[in-house]
Amino acid sequence: MKRHLISAADLTRDDAVRILDTAEEMARVADRPIKKLPTLRGRTVVNLFFEDSTRTRISFEAAEKRLSADVINFSAKGSSVSKGESLKDTAQTLEAMGVDAVVIRHGASGAPYRLATSGWIDATVINAGDGTHQHPTQALLDAFTMRRRLIGRDAGLGQDLSGKRITIVGDVLHSRVARSNVDLLHTLGAEVTLVAPPTLVPVGVDHWPCEVAYDLDSVLPKSDAVMMLRVQRERMNAAFFPTEREYSRRYGLDGDRMAKMPEHAIVMHPGPMVRGMEITAEVADSERCTVVEQVANGVSIRMAVLYLLLGGNEPAVTHTRTEEK
Amino acid sequence: MSKILIRGAKVLGGEPQDVLIDAETIAEVGAGLSADGAEVVEADGKVLLPGLVDLHTHLREPGREDSETVLTGTRAAASGGYTAVFAMANTFPVADTAGVVEQVYRLGQEHGYCDVQPIGAVTVGLEGKKLAELGAMHESAAGVTVFSDDGKCVHDAVIMRRALEYVKAFGGVVAQHAQEPRLTEGAEMNEGVVSAELGLGGWPAVAEESIIARDVLLADHVGSRVHICHLSTAGSVEIVRWAKSRGIDVTAEVTPHHLLLTDELVRTYNPVYKVNPPLRTERDVMALREALADGTIDIVATDHAPHPHEDKDCEWAAAAMGMVGLETALSVVQHTMVETGLLDWAGVAERMSFKPARIGRADGHGRPISAGEPANLTLVDTAYRGAVDPAGFASRSRNTPYEGRELPGRVTHTWLRGRATLVDGKLA
Ligand SMILES: [Zn+2]
Repeated sequence: MKRHLISAADLTRDDAVRILDTAEEMARVADRPIKKLPTLRGRTVVNLFFEDSTRTRISFEAAEKRLSADVINFSAKGSSVSKGESLKDTAQTLEAMGVDAVVIRHGASGAPYRLATSGWIDATVINAGDGTHQHPTQALLDAFTMRRRLIGRDAGLGQDLSGKRITIVGDVLHSRVARSNVDLLHTLGAEVTLVAPPTLVPVGVDHWPCEVAYDLDSVLPKSDAVMMLRVQRERMNAAFFPTEREYSRRYGLDGDRMAKMPEHAIVMHPGPMVRGMEITAEVADSERCTVVEQVANGVSIRMAVLYLLLGGNEPAVTHTRTEEK
Repeated sequence: MSKILIRGAKVLGGEPQDVLIDAETIAEVGAGLSADGAEVVEADGKVLLPGLVDLHTHLREPGREDSETVLTGTRAAASGGYTAVFAMANTFPVADTAGVVEQVYRLGQEHGYCDVQPIGAVTVGLEGKKLAELGAMHESAAGVTVFSDDGKCVHDAVIMRRALEYVKAFGGVVAQHAQEPRLTEGAEMNEGVVSAELGLGGWPAVAEESIIARDVLLADHVGSRVHICHLSTAGSVEIVRWAKSRGIDVTAEVTPHHLLLTDELVRTYNPVYKVNPPLRTERDVMALREALADGTIDIVATDHAPHPHEDKDCEWAAAAMGMVGLETALSVVQHTMVETGLLDWAGVAERMSFKPARIGRADGHGRPISAGEPANLTLVDTAYRGAVDPAGFASRSRNTPYEGRELPGRVTHTWLRGRATLVDGKLA
């Protein structure tokens, strides 16, 4: 595995499976009365958030604390940090503090890559979402959720997602979740289909390892998982689609549409959902919808990533098990 | 010493000859000229070109002296073999009045490294709304003939039409930065395969091509001439080729970086590759080289755009757009055009001196190397190979995309009206 996690495309199939398997081990820790592991004791992790995202920040923070890391939260949003120079300044401040890892969320695509490659800092960099580029831990937690639901918690160990048919619906153009998922799911052997109005698919998508379709109804019966992306209402003001109502009618997932999916197929959403826009309450609250599981799985995945990038080669869980006995 | 004998120079890349300079003028060109009383410069097979002329330079003065001044910019120009540069109008204040263009012109004259011909803004404050006093700038001591809102596109079709018509009265030309603004809102790089992957805002080729198409038709309609700045796409080449075949009076420039670099480099997210118009694809690069060779694109212009270190030492989104180019232009052209067999040195002289001087009406520049002509000359060691080292630049800024890249050729001497501005690679 590389030293940093910047893009889902950085992961090989074996890297990804290893992260998913490690996350299963981490998940078991969450089921115990004492949820803490000593793995990252004495290591410092900074959550450097230039963009608001309480959900992602809390998920990383929970993962860091369960691994006993020292956690510093740095919210740069709203402070004087608006000019680009400050990313470098902030990085050098963190470097001087001797941090071991930086979890960065940034509104500008490529900011984590710059942080990792510009010589501003030595720490391991983990991308927690950058602009419309990548959000690799989101893709990992999605793959983890799919593997559990479609293959099984134990049966899935060591397995990838070969042959699974995954449909991603919505604003692909502005979505780092879509980009990360296409990369990772392809690496894991899944067949990905993107469904969106043509205005919300980037020029150049024909080079992505996936199919593109404009008709949701024809794709649903051939889907093992359907991932609904959030669509911002403001997009209609920029003429990406005419009205909210028309968007929902053509690309929203309601009960009738869900019924066209195979029995075993699941509905996913990276959250936060815009109910009534891309997904109806009926679907969001159904058994087939994995939104809540995805949140829980996010912590396990982030523990696995932090452990594998920072924890070295010692086993994460097995030796602590004996410790606890 | 008022006489200089350049001995054994390949004039425009031809057979070695001697060139005698007397004061400001070329006195004689021939074999075995007498060195009597003259300082001798042994050219030793180096190539002698007419002093280069850059139709597109940003000197940043007044207003952004932290990135470049007329002095540092003209020193950079002399180092790169230039004897005349056209300074773009997007300064602070904007060069939209006779006062500002005269100031820039005089600074160039005072420093004496390179003639500075100011370009006047087309519209007041580059805002695209109201014509600047084009006639007053033309009649000023600066004698402006080229007008451009470069950095911004004159996007209003009526304003563009009027500007094209208006400058006919005094033989002016409008140089268009072709960028349809609505299609490039939030644009950060070429729109295509790479932007889709990197999640960076796309700058589609059509935003350039649609403006060029409109403007050649406007120029045709009103019988004026139009110049297209930094043409960057294969589609733009097709439009200009078509326009020329119809007899439309259009000229076009290409930058050195668009002849060499592609958007694949943006994968590094290193803002040194952030430029406007953006780096395009391999296919575009090849089309631009071909078009420069066959004359569809008339000239090479640097779009030398200095920026201070901190404006590039940051994340992509926050970085300024632009690259310095005066000190590497000829090397890039040698690499991309001469060593590929697309152009000979006479062809380079045409595209980097004769033609840009004609487009900009730069009197005394872009003249043949023959007796009686002004001694504006550039001597190039074409056999030289070396890595680009920005630390050695005369420019105040270092934002070059070529750092560490091996490029051929080095300008060793530059003469401006017989006075050496560069000697053995060092500024005089
Ligand atoms: Zn421009």
